[in-house]
Amino acid sequence: MELIKPSFGLIFWMLIGFGILFFILAKFAWPVITKGIASRNKKIQDQLDEAERVHAELESLNLKHEQMLAQAKTERDSILNEARAISEKIKEEAKQKADAEAQSIVADAKQSIQMEKMKAITDLKNEIANFSINIAEKIMTEELSDKEKQEKLIEKWVKESSLN
Amino acid sequence: MAFVLTFFSHPLYAAEDEAFNAGPFIIEHVTDSYGWHICGDGDKSVTIPLPIMLVDNGHFVAFMSNKFHHGEAAYKGYAMGWGEQKGSIVKLADDYTGHLEEGVEYPVDHVCKINISITKNVCALFISLILIGWIFLSVAKQYRKRPDQAPKGLQALIEPVVIFLQDEVINPSLGSRAPKYTPYLLTLFFFILLNNLMGLIPIFPGGANLTGNIAVTGVLALITFFVTQFSGKKEYWKDIVNTPGVPWWLKIPLPIMPLVEVIGIFTKPFVLMVRLFANITAGHIIVMGFISLIFIFGQMTPILGYSVSIVSILFYIFMGCLELLVAFIQAFVFTLLSSIYIGMACGPEEEPETI
Repeated sequence: MELIKPSFGLIFWMLIGFGILFFILAKFAWPVITKGIASRNKKIQDQLDEAERVHAELESLNLKHEQMLAQAKTERDSILNEARAISEKIKEEAKQKADAEAQSIVADAKQSIQMEKMKAITDLKNEIANFSINIAEKIMTEELSDKEKQEKLIEKWVKESSLN
Repeated sequence: MAFVLTFFSHPLYAAEDEAFNAGPFIIEHVTDSYGWHICGDGDKSVTIPLPIMLVDNGHFVAFMSNKFHHGEAAYKGYAMGWGEQKGSIVKLADDYTGHLEEGVEYPVDHVCKINISITKNVCALFISLILIGWIFLSVAKQYRKRPDQAPKGLQALIEPVVIFLQDEVINPSLGSRAPKYTPYLLTLFFFILLNNLMGLIPIFPGGANLTGNIAVTGVLALITFFVTQFSGKKEYWKDIVNTPGVPWWLKIPLPIMPLVEVIGIFTKPFVLMVRLFANITAGHIIVMGFISLIFIFGQMTPILGYSVSIVSILFYIFMGCLELLVAFIQAFVFTLLSSIYIGMACGPEEEPETI
């Protein structure tokens, strides 16, 4: 067949064949493929946007979290300080109370010792007085056995009393 | 190119016979034929017979092409044309069936005008149509089956090309009108590309020079031509009649510019037709030329033939790579120019469109 002479048969079949191919592909293939590509493009874009949004959200959340953490820290510190102060106070109070008690106990003890001492002294005084009286009695009875001695003594006491 | 193998299986064939004639040998292989030659030569050749279909005098005639015995026989008065009618089917004066003797003048009644035979190229066309249909329907199925997933297999091969065409060719030239023309332009591109590539395969089912056939490129250019004209908006026709930016004296006494513009309407598709045809055919002719060199030198001395064959094969490989490039470029160029022509006819983008 001649190189540059188009043959009728080939033109005929080409028109029919290409036409059928075009209609089949235009109906069943190209819309699906182009829409598929476009839809996937959209999906990828959407997901990228979504990722960006989530990332930003996460960032803000992180910031919030950090702020909360800092706040919690300061709160904890203040609570701790307060607790420490309270415990210090309680300790101080307890110490003071114990001191006071000890002092009172000591004072009480001192007082009772004093009292005991006084009692003992009194007792001792009485004892000594009784003893002295007894001795004096004995001496008196001894001394006053004769008249002379009685007069002498009375004279002496009178002297002494007048001297007073 | 299927013949390349033929000659390798019978390397001394040409030397035994009459002088090897490269011209007809090459032309025979870039043009159409009624049977699909696989290998061998003469009576020993293996050829797939293809149906001959004619409408002659209102009667539909159909028979297989092997009845012609490679043009050496007539069947019911029909024979393969010779001389001026080479490539056509002629009706002899009588309903003769049998061998056509060499040197005998058989009177020809008429040439069969309506010849819709399934020739080698028509057969290759059908194969490529089935292949393209299958490829894209299965790719479409993948999109339907696995929506919004990463492309896989054939889909991954096709998708970048489709995206490239959409982003670099169709959308820039057509803008908002693109969706309407995308199916045609994509079909056009993949049809040309696949047939270019099939033409590079030297054995069946490739090897038919389909996109290097002027009828095929002509039909494609014709479709682009009609699509362009039917998309033509008011501006497009106004610019043809009254070309803007041209001095008035080119339009008023003699309508020189409008004439040039009108010729331009027809030259554009004509150039499309010739460019694709010439590029693909030229590639095939060069390759066949290199192969012919082997036999031309082989006829002088077989040793020379073998040594030239090394060089020829190297050139053939080089040309094959180049042809591969050309296959893509020509498919791209045809699609690009088609979309530009259609885009020009559609008018500027700013216009509110009512499609």
